Amino acid sequence: MVRKMTSEILEGLRRALELIVSGDPEVLEVTLRSLYVSGTATLLAVSWSIPMGLLISLKNFRGKRILKGFFNALLGIPTVGLGLILYLFLSRSGPFGSLHFLYTPTAIILGQAVLITPILVSFSVSAIESVEPEIRDLAKTLGASESEVSFAVLREALQGVLLAVIAGFNRALAELGVALMLGGNIAGLTRVLTTSIALETARGNFELSIALTIILLSIVFTLNFAVNLLKRERT
Amino acid sequence: MPKHNGGHEVNRKILLWIGIIILASLASAAGTTYYFTIIMRGKSTLVVATTTSLYDTGLLDAIEKKFEEKYPIDVYFISVGTGQAIEHAKRGDADVILVHAPSSELQFLTEGYGLCRKIIAYNFFIIAGPENDPASIRGLNVTSALNRIVEMGRAGKVKWISRGDESGTHKKEQALWSLAGYSWVTLKEEEWFVESGTGMGKTLLIANEMEAYLLADIGTYLRYYKEGKINLKPLVKQDKDLLNVYSVIAVNPEKVGGVNFNNAIIFIKFLISSECQNLIANFKRNEYGQSLFYPAASLLKEGTNPIVEWIKEYAFFNGEECPPEYWDDHPELYQ
Repeated sequence: MVRKMTSEILEGLRRALELIVSGDPEVLEVTLRSLYVSGTATLLAVSWSIPMGLLISLKNFRGKRILKGFFNALLGIPTVGLGLILYLFLSRSGPFGSLHFLYTPTAIILGQAVLITPILVSFSVSAIESVEPEIRDLAKTLGASESEVSFAVLREALQGVLLAVIAGFNRALAELGVALMLGGNIAGLTRVLTTSIALETARGNFELSIALTIILLSIVFTLNFAVNLLKRERT
Repeated sequence: MPKHNGGHEVNRKILLWIGIIILASLASAAGTTYYFTIIMRGKSTLVVATTTSLYDTGLLDAIEKKFEEKYPIDVYFISVGTGQAIEHAKRGDADVILVHAPSSELQFLTEGYGLCRKIIAYNFFIIAGPENDPASIRGLNVTSALNRIVEMGRAGKVKWISRGDESGTHKKEQALWSLAGYSWVTLKEEEWFVESGTGMGKTLLIANEMEAYLLADIGTYLRYYKEGKINLKPLVKQDKDLLNVYSVIAVNPEKVGGVNFNNAIIFIKFLISSECQNLIANFKRNEYGQSLFYPAASLLKEGTNPIVEWIKEYAFFNGEECPPEYWDDHPELYQ
């Protein structure tokens, strides 16, 4: 049994290399679509999460603790559950059904953006809060305006915020539930890496599934490696 | 400390980040335009909600290819369980369903959601188990085989694995247990009765590991067996009670707004055309040495094959493939 498993994983590794080297059009298409969908979802989520993170960490207001706890709690939201809730919203008989987003890449982008918002907000709040308060005060005493202070703080917290963004992207790339429920795993339209892996596993094509998993992992590892390099350069 | 780095260094880094962000935005804008042109190019579409046992064999990919060569319609298959497929259709998220659970289909019609049901194909479930067959069910009929399994299971000698996921196959299993005089709901509480709660492929793997018996669809079983992933053998097969019938039903546009009824009818007509029926009959036949699915349309029309009586008994409603009140304006489908 162990030998069989090892040989299957090795075979998957060989297939993965083969598929990558030969530029298999279907694998390439699915990989590019995954990158596009999760990349766009990350950009979208950044556009509202980072300002939100700045607001939560720099402002004092009632309910700040509760809000932070809320985002922390949502970190582990099950993707199938979120997928189902958003499906009910985007379904033709749901409140946003007339937009016809269901079963398009746009639906997955929206879903993944929502999914990773708690990661981006929570991680960037802790990054910004760990910037020494002196910098804030210094900037303020130097007569900086509010937006200038935010900018200065953000620049100091850049590394932590960047980590948050990468973590968000990885989560989006590796999640299955949202892509399956909102995209429907339609060949040539909404099929991404994770939904392909699920389908090929169900179809019994284990080597292909392992090959796709290896491609997915390579992307994640490369990104983390790049971030680590940057980090080392800074310190 | 980084903040004491030269100002140039920091500026360069910020420039780098701005560059990366611009690049990423461009890439995502390009992707968005690409998908918008695909979606907006005005080709009409048809969303088919279907069951995994059909989709996972690859049959529907072959049908899609043939259909799209003939008609300017993009077919999208959403592969889920029968229960979920019907729920999708009721919510207006599918134009057509392709399923295998006659009782749910009848309900779908009588609730006004479905029109123009056609039976397109059939095959047989199998009861599979370990090669040495500890419960000695090989060659028995379904009810005596299940009785033997219960007896031996209660004696702690064998195990049974159930999908337990309300799929078409699971619904069939529940019906077979009732036929044998048991209730699935009470059986599942017993020690030897295992619920996998997952798809056919994984359930076969679990059964293989546990050397258990189970009900399986023939397509998934053959694929796993051919590839050497399981050693289980089909022990009861080709029994009338194991009949599995696949039908297609269009979603009623008057009950569910926004569905594409015209394309649905074109698709149904294609499925029962001799071209598509031949494709179904020959699909992977050489690879597995037997058909995964048998075409039903011409069989039902001719009515000579004894299997027709089995299909009528199992999957007809009051002697009709589709009662006339659900024909809409398409009596030609039933001539």
